[in-house]
Amino acid sequence: MEEKNLLLGDEAVALAALHAGLSGVYAYPGTPSTEITEYIQAHPLTRERHVHADWSTNEKTAMEEALGMSYAGKRALVCMKHVGMNVCADPLMGSATTGANGGLVIAACDDPSMHSSQNEQDSRFWGSFGMIPVFEPSSQQEAYEMTRKAFDYSESRGIPVIMRLTTRMAHSRAVVRSAGPVREQNTLHFPTKPRQWVTLPVNARVRNRQLIQDYAAFEADASVSPFNTLTEGKDRSLGIIACGIAYNYLMEQFPDGCPYPVLKISQYPFPREMARQLAGITSRILVLEEGQPMVEERLKGVFPGGVTICGRLDGSLPRDGELTPDAVRAAVGLPALEQFPASEVVAPRPPALCQGCGHRDFYTALGNVVKDYPGARVFGDIGCYTLGWMPPFNALHTCVEMGASLTMAQGAAFSGVWPAVAVIGDSTFTHSGMTGLLDAVNGKADVTLCISDNLTTGMTGGQDSAGTGRIEAICEGLGVEKEHIRTIVPLPKNYPDMEKVIREELEYHGVSVIVCRRECIQTLRRHASQKKA
Amino acid sequence: MKRDIILSGVGGQGILSIATVIGSAALEQNLFLKQAEVHGMSQRGGDVQSNLRLSTDPIYSDLIPKGAANLIVSLEPMEALRYIPYLAPDGWIITNTTPLVNIPNYPEMEKITAQLEQFPQVVALDADGIAKDLGSPRSANMVLLGAMAGVLHILEPEKLREGIRRVFGRKGEAIVEANLKAFDAGLQFSQKK
Repeated sequence: MEEKNLLLGDEAVALAALHAGLSGVYAYPGTPSTEITEYIQAHPLTRERHVHADWSTNEKTAMEEALGMSYAGKRALVCMKHVGMNVCADPLMGSATTGANGGLVIAACDDPSMHSSQNEQDSRFWGSFGMIPVFEPSSQQEAYEMTRKAFDYSESRGIPVIMRLTTRMAHSRAVVRSAGPVREQNTLHFPTKPRQWVTLPVNARVRNRQLIQDYAAFEADASVSPFNTLTEGKDRSLGIIACGIAYNYLMEQFPDGCPYPVLKISQYPFPREMARQLAGITSRILVLEEGQPMVEERLKGVFPGGVTICGRLDGSLPRDGELTPDAVRAAVGLPALEQFPASEVVAPRPPALCQGCGHRDFYTALGNVVKDYPGARVFGDIGCYTLGWMPPFNALHTCVEMGASLTMAQGAAFSGVWPAVAVIGDSTFTHSGMTGLLDAVNGKADVTLCISDNLTTGMTGGQDSAGTGRIEAICEGLGVEKEHIRTIVPLPKNYPDMEKVIREELEYHGVSVIVCRRECIQTLRRHASQKKA
Repeated sequence: MKRDIILSGVGGQGILSIATVIGSAALEQNLFLKQAEVHGMSQRGGDVQSNLRLSTDPIYSDLIPKGAANLIVSLEPMEALRYIPYLAPDGWIITNTTPLVNIPNYPEMEKITAQLEQFPQVVALDADGIAKDLGSPRSANMVLLGAMAGVLHILEPEKLREGIRRVFGRKGEAIVEANLKAFDAGLQFSQKK
């Protein structure tokens, strides 16, 4: 049965996982990875087969839940954006030690050029760091085929596999043909090597030596992988290594075939033997890779006989930002196409909080109070509300990563900053803010935590938020005094009340929480039109 | 044959619906297609664009090179100008003339109009106005799709109509009809020109 679908790269991964006999997807939303989980949630096979598809509280819990499923012998998928890999780094590295029983695939979606992110980190590094194989598809079709292969590989080699996507693969649609039977789900079965699942030093030392040997075998696998190919070229003045979707930008330049030898890389550990073959037939190698110059750095200075390595480090390609067909065109020495100059009339149009959004009313009220406290500092967090940094609100002094608002406010408060205010969304609070609140309570910190609760995970399009309906109870349970947990409704008519509450809690020298609650305007509209339909 | 299209606008205007209809028609015609979208923070009222590539032969890059786009199709006039380095020398600009002003430094409309007029092949139409006159103000994007249908060439207008029926079918016959009417009004406008 062959099926033809128009799919995002994300959706190709999702469909392949279902076809590979998935038993559970575990994820926290994050651009550009969100659509993998959403596709699985909406797919009929998910209901039919009782596939777990609820959102997890954060990437660490997601990774651990998936690892538990793998322990039980079933196939699990974990999805996240690149910075989510930092959150789940502990269980990720642990999973290299335990190995996989049921197939375990981790989809990490990188965002070079930072379309919707705070950095450009390259998830391929986790592969060499953790001695874990990485697959990096070059097309949506390959994303489908590779994901199916990744589950098989994970089980046959007993190791988790990272699927690395970047924005232009995750969020680009193409026709995907899915063939072959839908595989049955695994039945419950326990690991054949139970000792490595208990990572006491006595076991971990043995396992580590085994993993080092295995990693060499993974590289040997990559050398003969159908996803890695060395193609001969007539013109040997240049050899090109093209990783992941960089291969597309290369082939785009040569509709009649690339004249240079090309090493296409989509499976890691990087197969050094293939690079040696390429270095044997050319004196200059151009490395095209999306993200950081990982392969380029490894190859520099490795080959005897003066093989030059170029790429992002020597200026052949821009040092940062995502690759483009234009940048690759210049790197292979072709002149730019004739083009119009950029318009001077056009003004930048940055993203902004939606009209009618509750965060707007919260920031207005907060600003009205904070202006009376010149020493006040407001520590922000990750979400739509980070846009409160921009005019007209100019409300935030920091934004670093998920959960950092309240914890940074504590450090600052202890250092003498007053008032120290933290602003966090409801989903980010349950993702990584709750433990910081426990610190604040235990340390009797002089901080005011504002939870701008829009009852959803807004930035990524309105997914369920883990603490909806229980935010005050969570704060109380963590030990915040009941009379200093205040709830306000962010609306213009409520400004006087909101400001009074904010002022009172700033003046209180202890931990206070202000829950500022009104539904996200986007999900509100969606719910209204669903009701109508 | 290959057609490279930049769809542009402001987050929330509905450029992805245009892409969905074209995608559905292209799939039905067994064309090769790649369509890169923008999700996440950039959708919050900021500038958004989608790179849509259709071809009878396999397509490699998900992104359109500068100087290669056969069409810029924009739901907002200033946003059409943002992407002109991508336009091929003989490319078309199909744009809505109703500005969406959500920034304090939005340029004077005369300047935008004057610059648009410098390009050889422009269809500028009040898609919002036309949609409103038809009684379906939310179909401005389909008016624009109609306006581009006349110069798209790789897909016949009738194939796009079928795409509209498929994409909006589950929303009921009234919505399908409103979108088809909007599409035809846009097509008529571009053919009169």
